[in-house]
Amino acid sequence: MTNLEAKGPAQAGTSYLTAKGRYPGILGWLTSTDHKRIGLLYLIATTFFFLVGMTLGFIMRTQMLSPHGALFKNAEYYNALFTLHGVIMIFLFVIPVVPGSLGNFFLPIMIGAEDVAFPRLNLLSWYLYIVGSVIALASLFGTGLPDTGWTFYAPYSLQTHADVPMAVLGVFIVGFSSIITGVNFITTIHRMRAPGMKWMKMPLFPWAIYATSWVQVLATPVLGITMLLIFAERIFHVGIFNPAMGGDPLLYQHLFWMYSHPAVYIMILPAMGIISEVIPTFARRTIFGYTAIVWSTIAIAALGSLVWAHHMFTTGISDFSATVFSLLTMLVAVPSAIKVFNWTATLYKGSIALEPPMLFALSFIFLFSIGGLTGLMLGTLSLNVVLHNTYFVVGHFHYVIFGGTVFALFSALHYWFPKMFGKMYNKAAAYIAWALMFVGFNLFYFTFLILGVMGMPRRYAFYLPKFQTPQVIATVGAWILVAGLLIMFGNLIVALFRGEKAEMNPWGGITPEWQVPSPPPTENFLEPYVVPEDPYDFEGAFAQ
Amino acid sequence: MSDLAGERVTSMEESREHEPHRDYTGSKIGMWLFLFSECMLFGGLFVLYAMYRADFTSAFLAGGKDMNTFIGVFNTIVLLTGSWTVAMSITAVQRNQKKLAIGLLSTTIVLGALFMVLKLMEWGDHIHHGLYPSSSALAGKHGLQVFFSMYYVMTGLHGLHVIAGMTVLIVMLIMLIRGKITAEHSVALENAALYWHLVDIIWIFLLPLFYLAA
Repeated sequence: MTNLEAKGPAQAGTSYLTAKGRYPGILGWLTSTDHKRIGLLYLIATTFFFLVGMTLGFIMRTQMLSPHGALFKNAEYYNALFTLHGVIMIFLFVIPVVPGSLGNFFLPIMIGAEDVAFPRLNLLSWYLYIVGSVIALASLFGTGLPDTGWTFYAPYSLQTHADVPMAVLGVFIVGFSSIITGVNFITTIHRMRAPGMKWMKMPLFPWAIYATSWVQVLATPVLGITMLLIFAERIFHVGIFNPAMGGDPLLYQHLFWMYSHPAVYIMILPAMGIISEVIPTFARRTIFGYTAIVWSTIAIAALGSLVWAHHMFTTGISDFSATVFSLLTMLVAVPSAIKVFNWTATLYKGSIALEPPMLFALSFIFLFSIGGLTGLMLGTLSLNVVLHNTYFVVGHFHYVIFGGTVFALFSALHYWFPKMFGKMYNKAAAYIAWALMFVGFNLFYFTFLILGVMGMPRRYAFYLPKFQTPQVIATVGAWILVAGLLIMFGNLIVALFRGEKAEMNPWGGITPEWQVPSPPPTENFLEPYVVPEDPYDFEGAFAQ
Repeated sequence: MSDLAGERVTSMEESREHEPHRDYTGSKIGMWLFLFSECMLFGGLFVLYAMYRADFTSAFLAGGKDMNTFIGVFNTIVLLTGSWTVAMSITAVQRNQKKLAIGLLSTTIVLGALFMVLKLMEWGDHIHHGLYPSSSALAGKHGLQVFFSMYYVMTGLHGLHVIAGMTVLIVMLIMLIRGKITAEHSVALENAALYWHLVDIIWIFLLPLFYLAA
């Protein structure tokens, strides 16, 4: 807080949204190193990519209304759609969204700090993310329609006419941005917690970001080298994954999943952190088993790095290694289940307020549980052989990532929106959006689980007539889901401009972010943050 | 990398004058985390090397015979000497011996350049002899193709790191000359040196894997 005085009384306390920096207007945002402004830059970019990915998914679903394709008869278009949908949603949206937007915005505030450890690196990482995204999307206009799927499996990615080198270069740069963000957050948490905030007094969202950051720092470089190798294969004709030159394509899959499975935990861990914040606030009760949640967070990050080959059970890896990876996959379910039990136990005897953020958080528990349990089914060797590469896998994945991460993201958006913008949204519209999304989501993806068990393979543009009824049901579910999404985004955007002024603490939260004005001033805290004994001591907070 | 991480400017209020907040330990932690990620980057390649060496043991031993061990070992000495001089330049800065520090840091940069020149000559020589993965001389010899694929990728990526390290050291040299790096504020140079040591250590692993494998 030392430079507060230097800023002078006239400026102190000005909202970060209106504070004057070195440059006016839009340039003031694009050059700002304020973590809150960078958080919003991330939020805008990731929301844009989400809407693009959603539109691609919407087209794909509509195409599947008819066994012979309702919109187009060219299967290459379908390949391009699912490839782009995957690349955009995974690399440009889900991985960066929570750490980049909400992590940037709330991590420093929730540890009582003024900013992150390296504010300029923070801005650089946003620019790298944008540059990487543009390069990856530019590959669309390159040598041919993208058709590799988001996984870029060798040897197909070495042969296809699509502009794979450009795409993997973009992914590499986005990955580099992710590493820098991780480095920044770990250093911030180690060095900048408010005096007296011991590790076990830190709120759970920063804890989740901390574990995620370690995965980002240690796993992303493995994706980086894998993408670089694909690039080298295409440009310099080395033969590391090319069987025609002695290379082994299976090793590509190993390296790819050594990152991309931990990446699933980069996606889900911050979401779990959000749920650990929202549930106690709306149950008006201290979180059940704080220590268990912290350790299960660390355990998920560690164990999640050791399960990658469960994506490869049908590739001919040895029975022994398949068994080991199956066992490890079962193990990673234990810390995840610990969290689910903790959240449920927090609700017990709580004074539950079903505000919009809470509805999204409760849906998270429901949907994530289905996602997790179907994951256990897929981790079982005998079932995996049958279900591999079917809609069951797609359904499972979307239950975890969409039903999990994205519902948690929506919960956080509704939870922190009044804090971020100082405005309140229309709750009635939020309820309607939630109801549509919840119903549409389950109609859509539960039908996918059934389709998978029926034997519908994924990534096929056309299908047998016997699958048509469930395909139509799934598509109708997708339409309902999209309607809910549009209402939700519309509601939040309207609130941005015409929402009522929000109070400092509309939900009665007791974590640090609720003790600063809405929207927060540039320096976050006008007076030093006093760390409480227990970050979730609602009983104590009410007694005062 | 390190000059960005070297000092911390608090919040966006750069327009107002205040002392930039400096956190020595924080900068060091940031740099070490970045080095961890570099280790994982090369780690992927070492995993591949291990797998392929197990698959094509005899070809990997034969490929090693095509390497010029003299240049390899000489280059190792060049890099190690550079690591030594950059470490000494930090000590010189901390003792306020600016001229000595400039001399030592320049030596490291020159040695880095020498390493790259020798490496480029080596690559040129290999390519001249048809020793590259897609050459007709190696057609059908899968083991050697994989060996040379790994060789070019690993030494190539290492070479890129040498160039990146030299760029950072040149920035450090300019900062040193302009008085931005002093006994009190030497963390940027220390982080740059850490990066250079990493580049060095990776080479120490590459030398036996490729040159001494025969």
